[in-house]
Amino acid sequence: MKIGVFVCHCGLNIGGVVDIPGVMEEISRHDNPGFVTDYRYMCSDPGQMRIKDAIRDMSLDSVVVAACSPAMHETTFRRTVEAAGLNPFRCEIANIREQCSWPHRDEPEKATEKALEIIRASVEKVRKNQALSPLSVPVTGEALVIGAGIAGMQAALDIADAGCEVTLVERLPYIGGHMAQLSETFPTLDCSQCILTPKSSEVGSHPKIDLFTNSEIHAVSGYVGNFDVTIRRKATYVNWDVCNGCGLCMEKCPQKIESGFELGLATTKAISIAFPQAVPNRPVINPEACRHFTQGKCGVCEKVCPVGAINFEQEDTFIDRKVGAVVVATGYDLHPKTEVGEYGYGVFSDVIDGLEFERLNSASGPTQGEIRRPSDGKTPKEVVFIQCVGSRDQENGYPYCSKICCMYTAKHARLYKHKVPDGQPYVFYMDIRAGGKGYEEFVQRATEEEGVLYLRGRVSRVFEEDGKITVFGVDTLSNKKVEIRADMVVLATAIVPSRGQTELCRLLKISTDEWGFLSEAHPKLRPVESLTRGIYIAGCAQAPKDIPDSVTQAGSAAAKVLALFSSDTLSHSPEIAVVDEELCTGCGLCVEACAYDARTLDIRRRLAVVNEVLCEGCGACQVACPSGATCQRNMELSQVMSMIDAVI
Amino acid sequence: MKLSREIIATEDKRKLQDISGEEVLSCYQCGKCSAGCAMTSAMDLLPHQVIRLLQLGQVEDALRSQTIWVCASCLACSTRCPRGMSLPNVMESLRSTFLRPGDRCLNPADIPYELLEILPEQALVAAFRKYT
Ligand SMILES: Cc1cc2nc3c(=O)[nH]c(=O)nc-3n(C[C@H](O)[C@H](O)[C@H](O)COP(=O)(O)OP(=O)(O)OC[C@H]3O[C@@H](n4cnc5c(N)ncnc54)[C@H](O)[C@@H]3O)c2cc1C
Ligand code: SF4
Ligand code: SF4
Ligand code: SF4
Repeated sequence: MKIGVFVCHCGLNIGGVVDIPGVMEEISRHDNPGFVTDYRYMCSDPGQMRIKDAIRDMSLDSVVVAACSPAMHETTFRRTVEAAGLNPFRCEIANIREQCSWPHRDEPEKATEKALEIIRASVEKVRKNQALSPLSVPVTGEALVIGAGIAGMQAALDIADAGCEVTLVERLPYIGGHMAQLSETFPTLDCSQCILTPKSSEVGSHPKIDLFTNSEIHAVSGYVGNFDVTIRRKATYVNWDVCNGCGLCMEKCPQKIESGFELGLATTKAISIAFPQAVPNRPVINPEACRHFTQGKCGVCEKVCPVGAINFEQEDTFIDRKVGAVVVATGYDLHPKTEVGEYGYGVFSDVIDGLEFERLNSASGPTQGEIRRPSDGKTPKEVVFIQCVGSRDQENGYPYCSKICCMYTAKHARLYKHKVPDGQPYVFYMDIRAGGKGYEEFVQRATEEEGVLYLRGRVSRVFEEDGKITVFGVDTLSNKKVEIRADMVVLATAIVPSRGQTELCRLLKISTDEWGFLSEAHPKLRPVESLTRGIYIAGCAQAPKDIPDSVTQAGSAAAKVLALFSSDTLSHSPEIAVVDEELCTGCGLCVEACAYDARTLDIRRRLAVVNEVLCEGCGACQVACPSGATCQRNMELSQVMSMIDAVI
Repeated sequence: MKLSREIIATEDKRKLQDISGEEVLSCYQCGKCSAGCAMTSAMDLLPHQVIRLLQLGQVEDALRSQTIWVCASCLACSTRCPRGMSLPNVMESLRSTFLRPGDRCLNPADIPYELLEILPEQALVAAFRKYT
């Protein structure tokens, strides 16, 4: 067998540490390859050309490229050898950079010795590599999008516009997410509803989008290209197919409740549509408040409904769907102000959070857009905004920056000033993070032109005193403690993952960071992919971000989905586990060991079975199997033994 | 320091703004002015700290500062300021506000004769320019 060994200098990354000529000489002398050469940058076009030429000219059977991590360039070099007519699985990477020259920079001799051993082991391994061909998996060209905030809506529209079917599942009775609650949006101050409504109605009427509101994901199984999903559609007690949205029921319903959409700043009825422009524009009965359910009587809505849409007997239904890809866009919640002790644990009604301010400022909100404080409806003349509440607070909240609150606070202070020109807004801040197109200029207008007074420091305490909210803070720029007797305080509370995100991730088998935000496959290069193939992420579910970023990420996730759907099948690495049926005793230890759920036990035949598409070839099963019945293709026991022999 | 609408937007502050023609709220508090000022060793407040006091409506504190008298109006700060703020104009507005009541000016009769003997004429002219 003729093996070609190609040693890369990677500029000085490897060449500056490892004695490459020495290594090459040793290998040619003792390891009986067919050919050894080196190059400054093997991954460059001329470098790859050397490999191709050598394969053809020297009739090589296998190739070892001693270079960087296979995570970087395994695909590159396997493509190279394939182009020269060799089976790509006859190419192995010997990692002499990340695992050798980088960590042993200060000990060049030892690094050279280690590089030699790594290359030797790889040469022995490749000697026994089989020619393999990739597995082919069918792909269902339909997508599931979870969460219909702006991110989920955008992803759904982009996929649907490309002609693929989308199932969009939203937990609330309406779509739009938090954007539906916002009044005006930075940096342009355009009305949130005005830019949202056209998108919502497009989603609601798109022939390729199957919308399930008031619904949740009940179960998920399967793998990339072939997920089986069960959706639980919660009962609304209104037959939406019949209801025409006339609203008589809501008018006549005698049971008032706090409106969730208005964050408790207004009331609604036990049967309600969250807000006038809601899509779908159909009412839902809240069974926890409705007198029919709580007291066993009433039924007014049923009597007044002109089309007989009320159905108290309605039950949750379960819908099954087969999809090829999933986009998770479940958004965010705000860190509850009831957990912030120093600012009153949410007990002072004039200490509100950012979303409540959005509702106060909204033309369709509880005050028709007039800024009036919740306790007595008076116009507040001194308003204190406090940033970083729970954010950047390792001890009492979260260490991360919530990213959008600097901007929305500047927006709030400006909007307040527009509506109450003789009022004074104060903003307590640590730094102002306004990194976006037009953002810094937006904040500058607040400070320079609109008289918003920024005070650099945190607030220690907030308490109620004769109808005023006293605020104790500091201005570290002037080194003075500050006391303000305010009429209203607005807290920019931290952005946290939406309630239930952890449970959803468990169903989907995707991971989160320690705070519960979805983990991306690579923070820079694969920001919209989860570590599970076929599952993509978008919007605030991944990390706090504003609307433009959410929309961008959603479009990018949609592009990934469409790329996946661009062919009917997709290929999967054949370097995966296989079971020797003669040796397997059916003990099931491997089933436990597999992190990818790729192993099942065939009880009848008492055999472990590998789901080839799910198997990632990690080798955990091979280690767990006490009978030696499991091995990885191209990582057989005999290969491992000869690799060990080569280095000792 | 107590802050309120009334404190921040005083009549004094508005007058200062009128005299200097500068909107102090546009200052970033980046400190570049102070970093380049050659007179800071003799100042009790750095130039940007004077501006901060004005932003907070603390006009009296700014008027009491030695800095406004030490400022040489050399323009080293304003040529560098990223917000184009003319600090010398602000300093001058503070000085003239301080002197405006009339009883705070330099009275030639108060200068001891011995001092007058040795003071260079130029210093006297400068002192009258600044303190009257
Ligand atoms: C006070 C405030 C003001 C803001 N102002 C601005 C602004 O002016 N400009 C700007 O650009 N940005 C602003 N933002 C940020 C903006 O709200 C977000 O960027 C945007 O809403 C994120 O959209 P999303 O789709 O990722 O999340 P969301 O809007 O939270 O949508 C997520 C959706 O998923 C649903 N969902 C959650 N879990 C599940 C589940 N398990 N199953 C099914 N559905 C689920 C939710 O019900 C929701 O409808 C502001 C934020 C706040 C807090
Ligand atoms: S039955 Fe329930 S929802 Fe209908 S009117 Fe009565 S309280 Fe309202
Ligand atoms: S965006 Fe601004 S207010 Fe929000 S956490 Fe970050 S620094 Fe604090
Ligand atoms: S250089 Fe200008 S912006 Fe910076 S602190 Fe001085 S006056 Fe303010």
